[in-house]
Parts: sequence; C-alpha cells; structure tokens
Amino acid sequence: MRRHLNTIYVTSEGGWLRKDGQNVVVEVDGEERGRAPLHMIGGIVCFARAGASPALMAACAETGIAMSFLTPTGRFLARVEGPRSGNVLLRRTQHRIADDPVRSAAIVRGMVTAKLANQRTVLRRALRDHGSGMDESARTAINMAERRIDRIGCHAVMLDDVDKLRGAEGEGAQQYFAVFDFLRRVPATEFAFTTRSRRPPLDRMNALLSFLYAMLGHDCRSAAEGVGLDPQIGFLHADRPGRASLALDLMEELRPVLADRLALSLVNRRQIEAGDFKVDEGGAVSLKEEPRKRVLTAWQERKKDELRHPFLGETMPLGLVPHVQALLLARHLRGDIDGYPGFIWK
Amino acid sequence: MLMLVTYDVSTEDAAGRRRLRRVARACLDHGQRVQNSVFECEVDPAMWAMLRARLLSEIDVERDSLRFYRLGADGKRRIEHVGAKPALDLDGPLLF
Repeated sequence: MRRHLNTIYVTSEGGWLRKDGQNVVVEVDGEERGRAPLHMIGGIVCFARAGASPALMAACAETGIAMSFLTPTGRFLARVEGPRSGNVLLRRTQHRIADDPVRSAAIVRGMVTAKLANQRTVLRRALRDHGSGMDESARTAINMAERRIDRIGCHAVMLDDVDKLRGAEGEGAQQYFAVFDFLRRVPATEFAFTTRSRRPPLDRMNALLSFLYAMLGHDCRSAAEGVGLDPQIGFLHADRPGRASLALDLMEELRPVLADRLALSLVNRRQIEAGDFKVDEGGAVSLKEEPRKRVLTAWQERKKDELRHPFLGETMPLGLVPHVQALLLARHLRGDIDGYPGFIWK
Repeated sequence: MLMLVTYDVSTEDAAGRRRLRRVARACLDHGQRVQNSVFECEVDPAMWAMLRARLLSEIDVERDSLRFYRLGADGKRRIEHVGAKPALDLDGPLLF
C-alpha cells in the first residue's frame, strides 16, 4: 500500500519554490521558510502568484508530484505535466470503455450509488447527532430527503443507462442541497445556504464548498495520474477540452465525506466565521487569506483521519481513499474485478 | 520508518571537509536536519538501503563515524524537542 504523501500549500504572496538536491525549498521574499525531501511529497499547490524553478518543475514531472497553480480562491489555472507514463494498454482500455455505453454505465452506477449512499449518511449522521436539537420541520425535511435519496439510490442500482444515472445523481443532489442548510447549527444568517452556486459562489457556504472541492479535485487528479489512468477521459462527466473528467468522476462519491462534512464542521464549530470571507461588488464570495490557511490546515488534518475501507477492509488515512478508488477503477478496467466498487462511507 | 542519522567527520584537512559536505548532502536529500550533524530521515527500507550505502561510500572509516538509530514506523512519538529551532513536522500541514 502506498504511503499517504503530504501536500505543500504555498499561500504567501512572493512565494518561490526551488529544488535543492532532492529537496523542495519554499522561499518567501527571498527567505527560506521550509524544506522537505521530494520523496515525502505527493503534491504541491500554489495559490497567489507563487513561482517555481524549472529544475523543480522537471523533478516534479519526473517523480509524479502533482503541481498545480490556482487563484487565491482555489480556481484552477495551470499544472505542470510531465511525459505521460503508466500503461498505454490501460489507457486505451479506458478510452474504449468510455465509448461503450453499456460498460461505462456499470462504472457510473458504482459512482452514483456510492455518492447517493454517502449523501444519505451525511444526513443521517446529522439527524443522529443533533436531531434532538433541531426544529420539528427541519427534522421532517431531512428525514424526507434522506428517504427520497434512498429511493433514488435503490432505483439507480437497476439503471443501465449513463444519462438516466446522471439524472439520478442530479435528483439526489437536488434533494440533498435542499436540506443542506438544516445541517448548519450556527444561527448566523451569513451562512444561510439556499442552493448550490458556483463560478462564482454567491454565499459563504458555497465559497467554502467550492474551495474544498477544488482541493479534492487536485487530489483526485493526481490519484488518477498516479495509477496510470487518463484523467481527462471520464465516464460520468462528458469530455470537454481542458476538463479533468475522470478526476471529477472520482470526486463525486468523496464530496459528501471529505468536503461537505468538513465545511459543516468548520462552520458549526465556529472555526470559520462570517468575517472570514470577502464579498465582491458583483456578489462573488471568497475566503480571505488567513482563514484560507485555517481551512487548508483542517483539510490536511481531515485527510489524516483513519478509517476502514469498506471494500478492501484495510485501515487507511482518508487522504489515501482517492488513490485507492483510482486503483480499484484501474483494476476493473483491466478486468481484474467485475465491477467498480464505489467508496461507501459508514 | 524513521531513521536517525548522526555523524562525526574529521575536518582536519580539505578532504575531510569535502567528506563532511557530501555526507550532509546525502542526509539532506533523504531527511530533515534537526541539529548540526543530526538528521531525521523518513524512509522506506529500500530507500534506507540506498542512503546507507551512499553514506558508507562517502566516509573514511579510519577517521569518521556514523551512527544509525532505528526509530521504527511510529518513531515520531519517541521524540521530544526542547529549546530553539524546533524541527518542521513533515507529516503535518505544510503551509507557507
């Protein structure tokens, strides 16, 4: 089993990354802030206008360290990509299966049903932990949504058409986000959530979710690349130039577990307050710099939580789950396992 | 696994200072400098074999010495730091 490698985040203005021997060195305004051996690093994410030396970029491309450049709000800008490695045969199989509606439906089914199950778990957990303190109406609404998602899930298990599965996924998301606001336990109206908005996110909860999804996307993309899959050829998400569809596919089932739960905890535990966001005149909401670091720290900590993988029965840090799911998908594509077992959180 | 590497390299002549630099470089490539000639290296057994071989090839066994302490998989727990220059926790969140 692969080690869960750490990720370096550069959020300071004037950041500069360089390679020294086999180390990554982070400098801010010409002063060394930290160094780490390359073999302990799985990814580098640069926010704000950080630069990197060509030697470091080359080393990252060679050793498979995912290096991404993002805007301060977490929107993707560019990445450093090395020569394609991995297995051509696996990638060709992936392309062929993506073109085959019957076989890709089986994979999409695994992803969609796992996502629905995880959304349900998030709702059920909230009811179990805090249900007694909720309004009657909120409790009923969550109960109803949970049951509906359950029904959609039972129905989706029998679907064998990608478009219908996409429909089920959308329906589930609608039910889920309709009651998402009831999971918030802080009365502050600043965190009110009505519907999912993105590009740009229009409220604080959406801004937080979008930011965490961007982080998860980075991890899923490097997971796909790490096992030799083509991150741009997805099954659930259609091809679009420049879109890492497979990374988005892998993300779906992990969103409720890794991102949604974390966003709720941050808000509910008051680790993130209303003043931690800035609102543009156009209505776009984004995290300020210092709170962003707090979110990233919480995100890294969350990835270290250990859990038992339901399919493999092995204990692993949560941060390794995207990699394991990519590996299981690769094994399914190769024909080693009969179906793609989605990650179902307990 | 976590390995602690310490060394004592004789720096009486230019060749010794060269050996010192090269030993330090080898350790730095695989781990973190926690004190002047003390390094903590988080390595897997294969990487350790490589590092060990590289270190052995650098030193002059007549004059220099190396000590390796095997702290094991959860070696972090066995370490306590007091005083200035605390080491960076490379498994913790790395935000700069």
